[in-house]
Amino acid sequence: MQDTRPQTMTDVALKAEKISVYYGSNLAVKDVFLDIPRNQIVAFIGPSGCGKSTVLRCFNRMNDLIPIARVDGNISFNGEDIKRFDPVELRRRVGMVFQKPNPFPKSIYENIAFGARINGYQGDMDELVERSLKGAALWDEVKDKLKDSGLGLSGGQQQRLCIARAIAIEPEVILMDEPCSALDPISTLKVEELMHDLKSQYTIVIVTHNMQQASRVSDRTAFFNAQATEAGGKMGYLVEYDETQVIFSNPREEYTRDYVSGRFG
Amino acid sequence: MTAELPLNDIAPGTWRPNRSRSQTIQLIVKIICGAFAAISILTTIGIIGTLIFEALSFFGDLPGELSKDGQDVSYIQGVIHFLTAGRWTPLFASKQFGIFVLISATLMITFISILVALPLGLLAAICLSEYASPKLRRILKPVLEILAGVPTVVYGYFALLTVTPFLQLFLPPVEGFNALSAGIVLGIMITPMIASLSEDAIYSVPQSLRDGSYALGSTKRETVWSVVLPAALSGIVSSLILAMSRAIGETMIVTLAAGANPTLGFNPFVPVMTMTAYIVQVTKGDAPHGTIAYETLYAVGMVLFLITLALNIFSFWFVRRFRQKYD
Repeated sequence: MQDTRPQTMTDVALKAEKISVYYGSNLAVKDVFLDIPRNQIVAFIGPSGCGKSTVLRCFNRMNDLIPIARVDGNISFNGEDIKRFDPVELRRRVGMVFQKPNPFPKSIYENIAFGARINGYQGDMDELVERSLKGAALWDEVKDKLKDSGLGLSGGQQQRLCIARAIAIEPEVILMDEPCSALDPISTLKVEELMHDLKSQYTIVIVTHNMQQASRVSDRTAFFNAQATEAGGKMGYLVEYDETQVIFSNPREEYTRDYVSGRFG
Repeated sequence: MTAELPLNDIAPGTWRPNRSRSQTIQLIVKIICGAFAAISILTTIGIIGTLIFEALSFFGDLPGELSKDGQDVSYIQGVIHFLTAGRWTPLFASKQFGIFVLISATLMITFISILVALPLGLLAAICLSEYASPKLRRILKPVLEILAGVPTVVYGYFALLTVTPFLQLFLPPVEGFNALSAGIVLGIMITPMIASLSEDAIYSVPQSLRDGSYALGSTKRETVWSVVLPAALSGIVSSLILAMSRAIGETMIVTLAAGANPTLGFNPFVPVMTMTAYIVQVTKGDAPHGTIAYETLYAVGMVLFLITLALNIFSFWFVRRFRQKYD
């Protein structure tokens, strides 16, 4: 079997080793091993409740904010254990875009400037706002109304504002948790094009329910599945992780084949 | 085909809804509900009508009272006197009706109470919703709301017999009755109101906004102050306005602790008389019906009503203007 994992450590932005996540005494995700290569797009696919989002939230320690959540195993970022990072510092370098657009109830300008300001950005703020909005392909639509509330934008624009907000603080990785699930197809297409453009500078991990989206945008795909536990809950695990083209055309596991061909899920 | 539907198997006469009876009951319910709604509306209209009517007759009699010194006074001059005169002495032989004397006392005491209640209440709300564990919140929030149930007469005696002597320990110019002590205790009284309503507003800010802020690498303090509080602003301001209305209309504490000496000015160490305390004084005394002293009750009540009405309208406007809708 051909080893498709990146060969050298420096190519790996994030590395998960035997990650298990518990909510209280419930095991939600079990024993995930995963390498996220730098400057690539990795898609997480799988049925609901399989723990894709939960694993994603491990990478910037968002699970720390849930009192009952516990993460076992090791994740390293640029070869360094993320437990040794200050979570605030980690989250600046590993940004996140959420499922539902969540702009702050502030002006478009302030939505971008907020993150920069709290992270002690010393440069020209106007220039940063413009650059970030251009980077998120939103500048032309909002350049004349930067003082307007971010909540006044359409859903697709709000989500691109959230992406602009995320790239404004110049992270190395952007985690996207179903970023298009609340968007119409045209906005979805815009966000997907944007991801292609962002790839040269950022490492992107995207959770998606949309298999076409995964096959369109990603370089590698991880397929998660869920199995019922004795307690009556669901436990997620990683079934297969490979190049996207392999997952969609010639997967090793039968589960993967069934899922990507639409036979279940 | 239709004959095979099970509905048609049911013998005719099984379903006999009494439509006309339902309609009668519906109508009766409508009338009863309408009557009760009308009672509360009519009562309000009656109270406001009485206020306006008696206040108008006060302004009608005012020129006559003022022109006893010889010179003629018009209605307009009467109103100007009411708004600008520097003394309030309707019960004295030489009568003066400068309402601003009472307004200044009310405003000063309200201002002191907000100065106390806003930081206390807001910080308590932030602490409860953002920093306290869910268990602590479950215990502390009802306790806070119980504090709002303490009778105001108890607060009044607390101000008079505990807070004033305490203030006099290190602020010798404080007199036995004073605005400062009444204002501080009034502030303590409205703190639970601000805390509880602000806490509701802060708690209802969606978690997704907090997550968005944390994901940008912000600390808890930055998230609370820069994202959560601005998002809850309309709720916080409306709690503040509601508490202010309550403070302006509060009677017992100021009557007991602030004194009954209508003085113009904003010195918190001396006895003053608020609008509500004046109303108590005249109501307790024996101002005969029809005298100008009796009519001042309604003029003062009218001013009090207009101030709280203005505050409520402002709060209504502000909430509608600044409320954020999250789904």
